[in-house]
Amino acid sequence: MGAIRLEKVKKTFGTLDVIPGVDLEINDGEFVVFVGPSGCGKSTLLRLIAGLEDVTDGKIKINGVDVANEAPAKRGLSMVFQSYALYPHMTVFNNIAFGLKMAGESKDVINDKVNNAAKILNLTDYLDRRPGALSGGQRQRVAIGRAIVRNPAAFLFDEPLSNLDAALRVNMRLEITGLHQELKTTMIYVTHDQVEAMTMADKIVVLQAGRVEQVGKPMDLYSKPANKFVAGFIGSPKMNFLGGTQAAKYDCHEIGVRPEHLVVSTEQGEIPATVKIAEHLGAETYLHVNSDEFGPMTVRATGEMPLSGNDKIFLTPEQDRIHRFDANGLALGHPLNA
Amino acid sequence: MEKKQTPLSYLSFSAFAWVVGLLIFFPIFWMVLTSFKTELEAVSIPPSFISFDWTLENYAEVQERSNYFKFAMNSVILAVGSTLVGLVFAVTCAWAMAFNPTKRTKDALLWMLSTKMMPPVGVLVPIYLVFRDWGLLDTRFGLIMVLFLMNLPIMVWMLYTYFKEIPTDILEAARMDGATLPKEIIFVLLPMALPGIASTMLLNVILAWNEAFWTLNLTTSDAAPLTAFIASYSSPEGLFWAKLSAASTLAVAPILVIGWFSQKQLVRGLTFGAVK
Ligand SMILES: Nc1ncnc2c1ncn2[C@@H]1O[C@H](COP(=O)(O)OP(=O)(O)OP(=O)(O)O)[C@@H](O)[C@H]1O
Ligand SMILES: [Mg+2]
Repeated sequence: MGAIRLEKVKKTFGTLDVIPGVDLEINDGEFVVFVGPSGCGKSTLLRLIAGLEDVTDGKIKINGVDVANEAPAKRGLSMVFQSYALYPHMTVFNNIAFGLKMAGESKDVINDKVNNAAKILNLTDYLDRRPGALSGGQRQRVAIGRAIVRNPAAFLFDEPLSNLDAALRVNMRLEITGLHQELKTTMIYVTHDQVEAMTMADKIVVLQAGRVEQVGKPMDLYSKPANKFVAGFIGSPKMNFLGGTQAAKYDCHEIGVRPEHLVVSTEQGEIPATVKIAEHLGAETYLHVNSDEFGPMTVRATGEMPLSGNDKIFLTPEQDRIHRFDANGLALGHPLNA
Repeated sequence: MEKKQTPLSYLSFSAFAWVVGLLIFFPIFWMVLTSFKTELEAVSIPPSFISFDWTLENYAEVQERSNYFKFAMNSVILAVGSTLVGLVFAVTCAWAMAFNPTKRTKDALLWMLSTKMMPPVGVLVPIYLVFRDWGLLDTRFGLIMVLFLMNLPIMVWMLYTYFKEIPTDILEAARMDGATLPKEIIFVLLPMALPGIASTMLLNVILAWNEAFWTLNLTTSDAAPLTAFIASYSSPEGLFWAKLSAASTLAVAPILVIGWFSQKQLVRGLTFGAVK
């Protein structure tokens, strides 16, 4: 059981106002992902929940109880660090068992729990090794093992996969998702990675400069971003923002259109453009183009498109997929409902 | 990046190192040699190197006249005692400075070190009076306190440098795992800093063992360590070089042996941070 609620949580470092005031509701069993640009306060927010930093003001409630002034250990949360933070002088077994020992569990209970965690995480053959003799993926699994044996109210992950290579990252991503489905424990996960955020999250929290810009299901953020920041942040490659004639056509300050929502034609269309670079991936083609009116734009076309540099093309935004923004960058209603 | 060394510069550096090494070693060598001479040969000019009658009589006489083991035992108690007491304070100090620094941490460190720049004789009178009034003169307890306080700045500095190298994440992980502060320090920080702690202790034992100013001024017999043992051979009955050398050899022998076997550790400890 782990429902977490932040009420007006503030954090300042000296005079630096890192988190000016965050309200957030995390339901029991939810997989919540924090995303945002570097330095926006994701780690700080996670560490505040963990208790590794003291809040300047506000309440952090776990299952209704305010723990803002409790020690980390009292909060019943587990954390997985980006650097793994394993105890280098202990064997894998002792690394995983450390929390249980601190809690004063009996030897039998510790043995059972550690062996069980090792089985889930494929670490049984490595229990006698030191962390130094493990690969990056194995180390990360030990860190996760250390987190799960304590049966926490929630798991906190701070960019746990960013030190792994791409292939391993995909595997571990699936493993963590699998673990969540199996344990059904609340998880809060900080990441830079779009794919991780979109695929793993039940709920994404987009942060900027310590402020929550939008909270929602991955597909809601994708299809109904609340403002220009979220629109530009969620989705890769980034959304194109067009003013001028296109904005005028939809009666707003600016429209946003995702690279995958531009129709490409070599004969006719609304926006004439010149291909600068064409990236052919087989399953899709990325076109980096330049339009006289709107400057550089990105297009993502499905399948192979036989285009190359300096080719002239025409782009047309899919009418029902465009996003409208006012002068302050706030999203206006959808064009079809407007 | 390995720089290719020309044989010539390599040779001259080696030669220079050897000269310096021998210069430093010579007095110790001469002391040991003298301790095996008779008093007459000890002062003969020109001095004799190997061709003299080797004798152990100085050692026999030294042991007969004064109880070496009593002094040696005091040296061990003072050196080990002050190191252990120092460790408790230095570990907690260094922990606070390394993991919870404030704007003033660097200043505090420098200030601690600056106390080592003051000549000890400057505080001899006040400390002597405190010792006299509190009945600490010639007690091991009193001496342990003085020696530990003398060396505390160095211990804090060394441990601070070591602790700085330890990733904070790991201590935070222990905190998340439910370790209380003492457990975090004992089960996680100390084992990880063990090489540094070993060098720190070793250096402190050596410094305390060789400390002569306070041990000579604040003890007479009960708590007197080997420094006092040597001193007792130096003046009253004229100069007996051979016996003085024998006493000195006996006094430095234990620490020399310890130093010899732990030199790797010691060098690593003293150059930590500078060389990796
Ligand atoms: N202990 C500290 N003292 C002072 N400022 C800090 C401290 N920790 C973090 N900050 C500042 O708070 C801001 C947010 O930092 P934080 O580590 O939470 O960012 P982040 O979103 O996790 O970034 P990244 O994606 O790069 O990890 C940064 O501007 C950082 O410089
Ligand atoms: Mg971070």
